[in-house]
Amino acid sequence: MTLIVPERSSTPIASPPIGGSQNGILNALLDRTPLGWLQLKKSKSRLMVAIAGIGFADLLMFAQLGIQAALFDSNTMLNRGMDADIIIRSAQYRDLNLANTFPRRRLYQMKDIEGVQSASSLYVSTVVWKNPQTRRRTQLTLAGQDLDRPAFLFDEVNQNLDRLKQSDTFLFDRLTRGEYADVVAQVAGGKSSKTEINRRTIEVTGLFSLGASFATDGTLITSSENFLRFFPERNPGQITLGLIKVEQGVNPESVLAKIKAILPPDTIASTKQDYVDYEQAYWQKTTPIGIVFTFGTVMAFVVGTVIVFQILSTDVNEHMSEYATFKAMGYRDRYLLIIVLEQSVILASLGFIPGLALALGQYALISNAAALPIAMTTSRVILVFSLTMAMCVISGVIATRKLQSADPADNF
Amino acid sequence: MIANDSTNDSTNDSLTDHLTMVTSSVIHVEHLDHFFGEGDLKKQALFDISLSINAGEIVILTGPSGSGKTTLLSLMGGLRSPQLGSLRMLNTELVGATKNIAVEARRSCGYIFQAHNLHTSLTAQENVMMGLEVSGTYSRSERRDLALNMLKVVGLEERTQYYSDDLSGGQKQRVAIARALVSHPRIILADEPTAALDKKSGRDVVELMQKLAKEQGCTILMVTHDNRILDVADRIIYMEDGRLTDEHN
Repeated sequence: MTLIVPERSSTPIASPPIGGSQNGILNALLDRTPLGWLQLKKSKSRLMVAIAGIGFADLLMFAQLGIQAALFDSNTMLNRGMDADIIIRSAQYRDLNLANTFPRRRLYQMKDIEGVQSASSLYVSTVVWKNPQTRRRTQLTLAGQDLDRPAFLFDEVNQNLDRLKQSDTFLFDRLTRGEYADVVAQVAGGKSSKTEINRRTIEVTGLFSLGASFATDGTLITSSENFLRFFPERNPGQITLGLIKVEQGVNPESVLAKIKAILPPDTIASTKQDYVDYEQAYWQKTTPIGIVFTFGTVMAFVVGTVIVFQILSTDVNEHMSEYATFKAMGYRDRYLLIIVLEQSVILASLGFIPGLALALGQYALISNAAALPIAMTTSRVILVFSLTMAMCVISGVIATRKLQSADPADNF
Repeated sequence: MIANDSTNDSTNDSLTDHLTMVTSSVIHVEHLDHFFGEGDLKKQALFDISLSINAGEIVILTGPSGSGKTTLLSLMGGLRSPQLGSLRMLNTELVGATKNIAVEARRSCGYIFQAHNLHTSLTAQENVMMGLEVSGTYSRSERRDLALNMLKVVGLEERTQYYSDDLSGGQKQRVAIARALVSHPRIILADEPTAALDKKSGRDVVELMQKLAKEQGCTILMVTHDNRILDVADRIIYMEDGRLTDEHN
């Protein structure tokens, strides 16, 4: 055998170069052997289990956060659809389905305030109607609006306002939860559908799309006159909400201040956004829904952490003698920690992709089956990815505690 | 029989002579004691070890099991902290040294273990590259070139992309030798490098170590029970019950 030894002068012990920090951290990371990845790649079945586990944890987190957001969104859909800058409500207002009324004459005062373009009234209440298809009684939300001054931003509603001019005519939310396929098909086909509310025959003459929520199965919209026919005990002068629009170019906040100045304490005025936030806060505070879904998210996080920890600690255990050898060769604990953290980051990234894909399918399924406005948002993608990263890094940090005990002297 | 280190040329006066003697002794041990355990269980493993190994020497340390050979080797390599006496590796005192100095001592030695201890997730080439990465002085492509070159030197140019599970015992030990030698350490510490090998492979491995050591001018301290390989040594040191008993040249 001919020996060709690579030329290189030996380095004296007194000045050994330690680490490649002069090249910057990024270069150092790119230059190192990607041991974490190579170790994961070598045991493919374990990698698959890890990805499946993380993906499942991500799917759970997406489900919990998505349903929670959908719940809060759906409960305020009607509120958010109101065409107003400032909304006036009773001081006793709880939520749209249990709203105290206040005197309409408060609105007349508003019209004199500088900057106010219009002030209109909106009646909202729950009604029990007979499902035209199944003849079962179901509770819906009923909104009665002033036809001269439409209360909502829904195009489908505003284009069909003339269909509400006759008595006992209604627009129906086609996304209402329940069996309404025949009704929707019939009305969409140009025919009206007859049913009854409080033993009074009514006619569904048009459709719009809003969606069901936890608060209500669906919504009916009609005129103020039609609305009041169902509540003979209700004084027409008592309204649910006052919708104020300000003139163009006028700051709603300044108008709001003027309104607040003249309103008696039995009524509250706020910007539309504050009103929607109030409605949402009601559901967050007074129902256990927020707590339940947050708890669910935490559970998914914990399950994911345990799975990743199991995978990483098994991997660390399996490579203890190799790590001890590296230590004997002069690698520091830090180098070994980076291997495990590298694995954490790889697992988090690889597990997140199927998790996100499954979640998108799951959202489609939920929105079809439950008529919930569940949708993926960028902020939720970022949140769940951060949680996944945290989950994996926490597991990694716990798993690395064993690394310190890798004893280089064990090799002999 | 000692291979020349570049430092001990031209010596004229006695002072230079003395300095040369100090620097050419790469391992210098004086009155080294070592204990295991604490309190009542405290047991002395090494007794008053004094030993000096010069640059380029191949020294075999032999003796019965439990005599303390491996303990001495692991102290020299910075894998355990020496307690009493003096232990100088390449003129760096390891008794009472900080952890950083111990890590540097580890980096200055090449290790060959009884078990090859190759990383199973890495190919032969990547394993050898790990022997260079620790210093942080080479880029990845430099490490790859040096590793491939070194594998050629140990006769494994056909096996560079094999994982260690696909290599024979002798081949694994050659990879381990390549990994230990690729960084050109001045000292090689080997613990029973032939124990897991058959006669032919064991002989090949030791001769390879010997040749490479002579080429690179590095010093080898080898712990072994294997009588078949004693002839490669410049010097054999016997150890029994934690004491050096005799030395032969």
